[in-house]
Parts: sequence; C-alpha cells; structure tokens
Amino acid sequence: MSRRNFQSILCAGLVLAAIVRAVAAPLGVGDKFPELSGIALEGKLPALEGRVLVVDFWASWCGPCKEAFPALARVHAWYGQRGVVVLGVSVDQKENEYADFLKKFAVRFPTVRDHEQKLVALVQVPAMPTTYVIGRDGRVRAILSGYHGAATDKELRTTLNTILAENSSP
Amino acid sequence: MIRHRSFRPVLFLCAIVGAGLLGGCTTTMVQPWERAALTTYSMRTDRDPLASTMAEHTWFSREAATGGRGVGGSGCGCN
Repeated sequence: MSRRNFQSILCAGLVLAAIVRAVAAPLGVGDKFPELSGIALEGKLPALEGRVLVVDFWASWCGPCKEAFPALARVHAWYGQRGVVVLGVSVDQKENEYADFLKKFAVRFPTVRDHEQKLVALVQVPAMPTTYVIGRDGRVRAILSGYHGAATDKELRTTLNTILAENSSP
Repeated sequence: MIRHRSFRPVLFLCAIVGAGLLGGCTTTMVQPWERAALTTYSMRTDRDPLASTMAEHTWFSREAATGGRGVGGSGCGCN
C-alpha cells in the first residue's frame, strides 16, 4: 500500500469516526427529546400529549437517585394539576431489583423501566440521576445533572414556573 | 490501470474497517448508566475487614514516614 493510499484511508476513517461521534453526542438544551412511545419501555406511560414533561433517569443502585425522589414526588403533587408530568425512567436491567426498589420506597410518580437501556443511550445522560425538563413542544428546556439537594429543587421549580408562565401568557 | 481498479474495493473496505476501529475509541468509558456492576459489594476494596486491618497496619508500620492513613505516630515501625 502506497503512502498516499494509506493517508486517504486514515482521513476517511477519521471523518467517519467524527460522524459516529457526532451521532452519539449527548442530548442538549433545545434538542428534540426522543418520542417515548417509540421506544420499548417496560411499564405504562402516562398521558403526555400537550404536557410539560419532567423525565428523571434513575437506578436502584444509585444513592443520589433515592435522595431526589421526595423532591420529585412534591413536584408531581404540586405541578400535576398545572399540566406537568413527572416520569421516572429506571435504567435497571434486573427486573427484581427494580421491583424491590419500587416496593421498598413507594415511589409516588409514574415510573417505567428502560430495560434495554435504549432511551438512556440515545439521550446519553451525563450522570445518575439526570432530570430533563421538556416543554410542550417536545424540546429540552433544562438538564439537571446529578442531584444537589435544594439547589437542584430550586432550579427545577424555576424552570417549570418559567415554562408554565410562557404557556399561560396570551 | 487494471491493478488500480482492483485496488479500490480493498481501499473502501479498509476505510470502513478503519472507521469502525476508530469509532470504537469514542466509547471507551463506562457510561453512567452502566455502573450497576461497579456498585456491588464485591467491588469494594474494603469488603474484608480483616484484610483491611492488616493492610492498614502494614502501611502504618512499614510505609508511612509520619503516621500514614490518619493514624498518629512517628512512623518508626516500632508497633
């Protein structure tokens, strides 16, 4: 193989690798969130049409995820009547661990299991847990990476209040 | 010319294989959602209390110059 051919192959390889990397890039603010109905998730999805969606990625083995649950339950209770849906997406691959966790902690908002980890791989969550706030147009409005107690709670409430104020204004 | 024509499919194949190999390098890290196995008890370095105590003692008495790993002392190795 000549030097020129080798260089061509290397360049083509690098370009294609860059394309692969770009395709696998994490979801950012302003991006369209994947259609949940089009992904094989275990569990019943709540009605999402025209709702502001809060999607929380969690796992039974993740400590901070458990800490975030009371705050998410409060958001579900307070904002539920204003058109906000909180949805927990577990990335647990073992069904018994997921079921045991739900039984033990009595989670008070809808939860589904991404047992094939397709959605989470598509979204490329930066940490566990990560909460995505999705507007009525299906676009990501905020990404809350990790759970940092009151700071995360405040950021989530502020984002939801902003979205709801936009939607209620004439 | 004939040689050049027959060489192109090989080049194309090499490019695809090369891209695949280079693409594989983009996901070398364990992703946050793939860490279930890493959180199990068997992955902990301090899962055996006796081994941990022995290791602590060895480090304290043989390695530490001024009292290692939070233990007071001069590190003389006399205990």
